[in-house]
Amino acid sequence: MVGETAFLKSRCVDGVLEIALFGEIDHHSARGIREQMDTLLFMNRPRLFLLSLEHITFMDSSGLGLILGRLNVARELDCEMRLCHLTDRIQKILSLSGASRLRGLVIEEETV
Amino acid sequence: MKRAYFNTMKLALPAISENERMARSLVCAMVSTLNPTVAELGDIRCALSEAVTNAIVHGYGSPQSVDGCLVYIAVTLYADRTLKITVRDHGCGIPDVAAAREPLFTTDDTGDRSGMGFSVMEAFCDRVEVSSRVGARTKVTLYKALS
Repeated sequence: MVGETAFLKSRCVDGVLEIALFGEIDHHSARGIREQMDTLLFMNRPRLFLLSLEHITFMDSSGLGLILGRLNVARELDCEMRLCHLTDRIQKILSLSGASRLRGLVIEEETV
Repeated sequence: MKRAYFNTMKLALPAISENERMARSLVCAMVSTLNPTVAELGDIRCALSEAVTNAIVHGYGSPQSVDGCLVYIAVTLYADRTLKITVRDHGCGIPDVAAAREPLFTTDDTGDRSGMGFSVMEAFCDRVEVSSRVGARTKVTLYKALS
């Protein structure tokens, strides 16, 4: 069996759910990650959801779908979603999808 | 006119999602011999991943029965530091290629497909060609010139 190519670490304190993604996010790995993220979101019902992309080594449009899908879940739960530690390529992929689909998503600008 | 090439590679991989990563690794190993920049290699890795994922998910409708279904990938490196990558499947084909290439177009309303596959390919390559015959095949060709 091939090992998992992506995984996540999470913690939830005072209504703030932090999830950090690790590894390669593609169509194959996104399925398992999506289920884990939804479980964490629905179990914890946070008011703020921080998603860190710092440790992602690869992401394609499957990762974009993953982010947009979780944004919808966050909206449903009345939770603010923030993305942090974006690489240039991930920013470019996000920008392709257009501002209207990213509505409500806070992207933390950082100088690396 | 046929251009001079100095290396080629052909792959035939089973249409299972594990092979999305496999295809990226193998193609990038080949392209690396041209000493691309990190950004160029990242662009190619991403565009190739979109094309292979499309073949597996949409061409063959994985994870339904994909026994014996193969994704064919051909990489050609030209002497002028341009490269051509074709990704071909013998799957369901695309009825309306122009519509499929539009941003946000997706046939999948169950999962979290973003509908941005072709847009990403176009953003990260110099040129993208798509030809398809319904019920027979789809071929995506990616072109990129390296610095």
